[in-house]
Amino acid sequence: MPGAVDESALVAALHTGDEAVFAELVDQYSPSMLRVARGYVPSHEIAEEVVQETWIALLKGISKFEGRSTIRTWLFTVMINIAKARGIRERRDADAEIAAYTGGTVDPARFRPPDAPKWPGHWKEHAEPSPFPDTPEGSVLGNELVAVARRELDKLPARQRIVVTLRDILGFDSGEVCELLQISVANQRVLLHRGRAAVRQVLEDYLAEVL
Amino acid sequence: MDCNELVELVTAYLDESLDPETRARFDLHLLECDGCQNYLQQFRATVSTVGKIRDEQLDPIFRARLLDTFRDWR
Repeated sequence: MPGAVDESALVAALHTGDEAVFAELVDQYSPSMLRVARGYVPSHEIAEEVVQETWIALLKGISKFEGRSTIRTWLFTVMINIAKARGIRERRDADAEIAAYTGGTVDPARFRPPDAPKWPGHWKEHAEPSPFPDTPEGSVLGNELVAVARRELDKLPARQRIVVTLRDILGFDSGEVCELLQISVANQRVLLHRGRAAVRQVLEDYLAEVL
Repeated sequence: MDCNELVELVTAYLDESLDPETRARFDLHLLECDGCQNYLQQFRATVSTVGKIRDEQLDPIFRARLLDTFRDWR
């Protein structure tokens, strides 16, 4: 996971104007920054502006960078503030996304009904999940699954997409995500679970088709 | 615990944030339910698949704009 690199060395390299180091950071974080920023602002163009402003802020602040937070945490904290200031969507969106939720994350038709004489609430006989196949790094199927997952991630409601990106792509822990997004632990978990469950469903559908 | 309840607790289970009593019921259910074992396996595989989303290329024009900000700053 990113974040384990020696960040004081990175900061020092930026100080001395090492463009290769800057380019590496840009390549590492900008795609996820765009995905998160896009959850706050109405267009891709504005998301790009937000990301650019964040990198400018990093460079302006680099001499004061004290290494109390990792570069990654700093970038996302600053970026979310810039995005919020530019964005029309506000925190009530997160509340609305959670409130809008009614059913479960798995099709209820796969479970026996509550009044079933035997095993209510359990998987129906032919609706049980089967294990996903092992996909070695770089295998064709593995790459296809990553592509399917990415397409679904980009379709998720904004807050789910943001939380899944921060947790599962960038590796922030749940406390960091709550802090960054100013949401409760419970809401963070609901958004993460729903987002992951939606991706799981499309992977399952995809595998049922190709296997 | 029924299967339709277990599937909603998987993220909390993986985060180790279930209370001990619920966690015990979750583990007991898993022991005797292949469907839920498979569901958990699928969920872990999903998290790991999402974790591999990282090879996106930035739009080259946008990337060049970001690198320009560095040259301007330097």
